Amino acid sequence: MTTTDDEFSGYSASRRLILKGVGLVALTGLGILPFGPMPALAAANDKWPEDAFKQKGQAEAIKSLYGKTAEPSDQVKLDAPEIAENGAVVPISVTTTLTDVTSISFLVADNPNALAASYQILPGTLPSVANRLKMAKTSNVTAIVEAGGKLYSATKEVKVTVGGCGG
Amino acid sequence: MASTIRVRATATGDTTEVQALIQHPMDSGFVKDAQGQIIPPHFIQQLTFECNGKAVFVADWGTAVSKDPYVKFSFKGGNKGDDLKISWIDNKGASDTTTAKIS
Repeated sequence: MTTTDDEFSGYSASRRLILKGVGLVALTGLGILPFGPMPALAAANDKWPEDAFKQKGQAEAIKSLYGKTAEPSDQVKLDAPEIAENGAVVPISVTTTLTDVTSISFLVADNPNALAASYQILPGTLPSVANRLKMAKTSNVTAIVEAGGKLYSATKEVKVTVGGCGG
Repeated sequence: MASTIRVRATATGDTTEVQALIQHPMDSGFVKDAQGQIIPPHFIQQLTFECNGKAVFVADWGTAVSKDPYVKFSFKGGNKGDDLKISWIDNKGASDTTTAKIS
């Protein structure tokens, strides 16, 4: 019995040492990381449209983000599944044949906050984005494309069998 | 420390396709834990892609982006071997940065 105890304590002591080492590495890693990219990112983060993301309704969110309303356009192609089995992960993508695109946004009308994601399309970047969104329940999904200062939209209903916003 | 960002950038002709996968809980603030306590919101707010020091794509995200977010886009002007810098910052001020080579 004593030998097993010794062996056990020896094992756990070395294990503790290893854990300590890992902890130190993790801590130093964490310590360095937040400071390096901070200044540049802090400036960029000022532009995060907090108000738009706080809006509950879709129309309010679009108004808050762009200050104007969108018109439906068949030049905006929204690709989303008819039925999403899992509302926590719904693959949605948008492409457009419009030129001079500066921004693409995704909204889920019946989510607690309609605005899901907004992408700045900078010069040289193609107006095509794919991502994965959460949906609380069956809802219309809208893609907004800002091109040449105007807003264009495409909408599609996605049926959700299991919601992704609550337990 | 392993990066939270996994990225693949492939150049075909003058177009570079970028796919990024980030490890992040993306808690929405609407979900309760096993004790019935609300899990506070914890999500990435901004994700930036820079090629050779020039921003090419910026994502502003809300809580409705799925856990471990994925995003795909393409841009022109990237060449094989160029640096693509990806960084994110979340609503708690945490951030991560990684640099990938375009292949």
